[in-house]
Amino acid sequence: MWIPAGRSWWRGRALAPWASGPARPRLPWSRPAPTHAVATDPRAPSRPYGSAELKETPDMSRFPVEDIRNFSIIAHVDHGKSTLADRLLELTGTIEKTTNNKQVLDKLQVERERGITVKAQTASLFYSFGGKQYLLNLIDTPGHVDFSYEVSRSLSACQGVLLVVDANEGIQAQTVANFFLAFEAQLSVIPVINKIDLKNADPERVEKQIEKVFDIPSEECIKISAKLGTNVESVLHAVIERIPPPKVHRNNPLKALVFDSTFDQYRGVIANVALFDGMVSKGDKIVSAHTLKTYEVNEVGILVPNEQSTHKLYAGQVGYLIAGMKTVTEAQIGDTLYLHKHPVEPLPGFKSAKPMVFAGMYPIDQSEYNNLKSAIEKLTLNDSSVTVHRDSSLALGAGWRLGFLGLLHMEVFNQRLEQEYNASVILTTPTVPYKAVLASAKLIKVVKYLIPLCMSTNRELHKGVKVAEKLYFLKKMCNLLGSIMAIISSSFLLASFDYEDAGYQTAELVKMDILLNGNIVEELTTVVHKDKAYSVGKTICERLKDSLPRQLFEIAIQASIGSKVIARETVKAYRKNVLAKCYGGDITRKMKLLKRQAEGKKKLRKIGNIEVPKDAFIKVLKTQPNK
Amino acid sequence: MGLSGARARSWVAVTKVAQRRHLVDRTGESPSPEPATRRAALYVHWPYCQKRCSYCNFNKYIARGGPEEEALRSCLVTEARTLLRLSGVRRIESVFFGGGTPSLASPHTVAAVLEAVAQAAYLPADSEVTLEANPTSAPGPRLAAFGAAGVNRLSIGLQSLDDTELQLLGRTHSASDALQTLAEARRLFPGRVSVDLMLGLPAQKAGPWLRQLQELLCHCDDHLSLYQLSLERGTSLFTQAQQGILPAPDPELAAEMYQEGRTVLREAGFRQYEVSNFARNGALSTHNWTYWQCGQYLGIGPGAHGRFVPQGVEDHPREARIQTLEPDHWMKEVKLFGHGTRKRVPLSKLELLEECVALGLRTDVGITHQHWQQFEPQLTLWDVFGASTEVKDLLEQGLLLLDHRGLRCSWEGLAVLDSLLLTLLLRLQEVWQQRTPVPGGWSAVPVSQDKARQT
Repeated sequence: MWIPAGRSWWRGRALAPWASGPARPRLPWSRPAPTHAVATDPRAPSRPYGSAELKETPDMSRFPVEDIRNFSIIAHVDHGKSTLADRLLELTGTIEKTTNNKQVLDKLQVERERGITVKAQTASLFYSFGGKQYLLNLIDTPGHVDFSYEVSRSLSACQGVLLVVDANEGIQAQTVANFFLAFEAQLSVIPVINKIDLKNADPERVEKQIEKVFDIPSEECIKISAKLGTNVESVLHAVIERIPPPKVHRNNPLKALVFDSTFDQYRGVIANVALFDGMVSKGDKIVSAHTLKTYEVNEVGILVPNEQSTHKLYAGQVGYLIAGMKTVTEAQIGDTLYLHKHPVEPLPGFKSAKPMVFAGMYPIDQSEYNNLKSAIEKLTLNDSSVTVHRDSSLALGAGWRLGFLGLLHMEVFNQRLEQEYNASVILTTPTVPYKAVLASAKLIKVVKYLIPLCMSTNRELHKGVKVAEKLYFLKKMCNLLGSIMAIISSSFLLASFDYEDAGYQTAELVKMDILLNGNIVEELTTVVHKDKAYSVGKTICERLKDSLPRQLFEIAIQASIGSKVIARETVKAYRKNVLAKCYGGDITRKMKLLKRQAEGKKKLRKIGNIEVPKDAFIKVLKTQPNK
Repeated sequence: MGLSGARARSWVAVTKVAQRRHLVDRTGESPSPEPATRRAALYVHWPYCQKRCSYCNFNKYIARGGPEEEALRSCLVTEARTLLRLSGVRRIESVFFGGGTPSLASPHTVAAVLEAVAQAAYLPADSEVTLEANPTSAPGPRLAAFGAAGVNRLSIGLQSLDDTELQLLGRTHSASDALQTLAEARRLFPGRVSVDLMLGLPAQKAGPWLRQLQELLCHCDDHLSLYQLSLERGTSLFTQAQQGILPAPDPELAAEMYQEGRTVLREAGFRQYEVSNFARNGALSTHNWTYWQCGQYLGIGPGAHGRFVPQGVEDHPREARIQTLEPDHWMKEVKLFGHGTRKRVPLSKLELLEECVALGLRTDVGITHQHWQQFEPQLTLWDVFGASTEVKDLLEQGLLLLDHRGLRCSWEGLAVLDSLLLTLLLRLQEVWQQRTPVPGGWSAVPVSQDKARQT
């Protein structure tokens, strides 16, 4: 068995000696008495990039396994996960209680703009209950179906979940999907009925629903209003009372699961870890079970919700670890870390998420290729569900073929590239994989079919079987190339689905080109079912018409199969585009506007002499309501 | 420099004679003896209105009582003097009283500003002095009093000849008020009256609007401006259109009105000398012409804009200046510092050239080679635009002309100038970045460094 102090001394690394002392009865935040070694040791902990929020370094040895609860909040979109998380953070003093705490755990700009959670976040909460201080590790999870892999990953570090259900809307598709994820992982489920303050709230009906669908007695439901803070405290009590502590051992050798990772350009890979056994501290030599590479730990800490370094992390705890991993391939999510020379049985890890939608991604300018490459590499490290293969196109040059979990996922990825890496890209039509046997130049015969399993709240949508009030279950086969895009898109917020491979089936397909003033738009070339070519072509032309800005000449938009034009739309030329009033001397504003537009013009892609905004194609491919 | 007090005080009397002189097309006239940095136009901003119009987002405030005007007047006079001194401008070629509703000001205020200018600089007797007038605030005797104060040109905010439309715009006058004011104005300022007409109002149809224009042609003088309504944020029309209370103006329909309107005016003998301005018998507005030719102008009054080279430093770049917006703050600053300049931004040479292109092309003359050379002696218009394939496309489409006279829009091109400008400005930037720097040339370097380099 390892003696922590001895190990630290033995390695002589930059770990302050008081950090590795035996557990002393003190509060987690209390500053340890400075020792001689600290005062003189130049290697005393100074972390240029560490969180500056808390001056004292918490002593994590204060929390034995039985005082730890690891839990997640799962819910359908908009049922109030993030609001409840905000309240829990406030209640435990993790963040200050102000009116400005909205989506505290949603750190990405895209999350705040769209009001969704994309990336799971972790926060360690300290809470006193029954005369004892507990360490509660909260892992916020995304609600949208596209990001359900994030949920299952987060659950692997938990022993229980709060299943939040809207008191007005009741059980929705993602509620069911998330419940089963938790149920299969054998986690304790605490149902929380939220938004009881709403006028149309009907918590009793929702209680009955929960009893019927999930077989959880209605008296176990906690009724709260996260917005107003009503009854939130009892949620914390339930977490402590109903969720078991993790079944792990501090005295076993280290076994840590990497359940998420982020990339920081200054510090390299920051791995979020859950300790199943043992402990880890700065200076330890650790090994990745996946790559067998050895690393030295530079920093460990907890997330509160920003990074707060600690001396150690112990079994059952959740936190982060920085160990000089620099390249994207080194920090595999699902990997197990163990101490050098003390190998352990690796944890099962994760099934990698299956991409559903594939699209080409190209730099707007080929000179941007390398920048974009590194941006994609960094972003995929934070989002490993995206698959990346190199690709190239005649029109667009070198690029990649990326696999996404859905269209929202694709959009979010694109938006993050723009916002976080300032990268502008061209995305091509999302498609699904298929095998083609060329019958002639324009006829393709074989196509892959997939079977989606859909759960929907909208009976009209898929003609499902009623499971509970306002909830339907259905199993329907559908042609991936045609209607699945419609189902995936229309089921945003309405349905959740899973899919399985149904093998290949034969179909008659044609290649359809889209032309702008006679020039083929490579990005929009699609393979469609012969019977659907006309309607698909017509829709693409109509949408393109709506998303192409007027220019100084007329634009003919055509869909064609071979040389046969099957649909056509026209964008008329500008007749007037000049600001009437341009004096009173205020030229500055006008010049600014013109220059901003000129800057934007530079970024447009040219097809022939037609200028096409880069989001035009995304707009064309996105399913719009009533279309 | 400067004139004797006696000479200055007699300025108003002299203008009376000059006003009756036959007017010539002044554009292309040989430049006055003063160098360009010693000449300027003067804009005077009167910030008050009786009522807020539903489409207007200009810097204006609802009018207050009389005693305040004295303070405002003395501040306008002070600021005019200060800026004339700072700019070293010796000759004011035109004065424009804009607003707001400057016809709400007392003629005495107008006279005081003009006297102050004539005392500090040369204000030729035949200089154009325009006043923006609102039909209801300008009955005949009042217009005459403005004439006596030195105003020799009127711009009437008529906007529409349809009472329902006038109501929608929040105007205080009716169509018959407008025509009456127009008739009075023409009697008092023959050949020197302009009217504004708007197009593209919500629910407006092309046919009835053209009939308004035809009717206006029976009553108007030699100058007319056609404006397309643009819904500006913060105005009540914008809000109403956003909320769906009003139909949003149809740009396609407005384009049709504009095209048909300019055709009607061309047939009536008007020259479209700028995107939205039409004149016959040479009655162009010299004041606005100065803006479009990138001439110098001083702006006084709350929120006024100016463009001039401050005096004293050789090779100092032209500055874009904005006066403090809010009248009370502006007055306080004028009293403390002699002027209420809130912002001074030195224009780099490229920025000046960009303005030269964007404004010059709004006129029918466009940018002549001579005109361009005054701003950029090294690179010709051919050098900048001749070799660009994008510009060639525009020339081939017949939207743009580049020939021995210079660079200008065609009749069709003028209507889509904003699209053409994007190509032209990008090309200008590109050429500018590639040019070999000329020693001693202007740059965007801050003033102090510029100075240091020369010493």
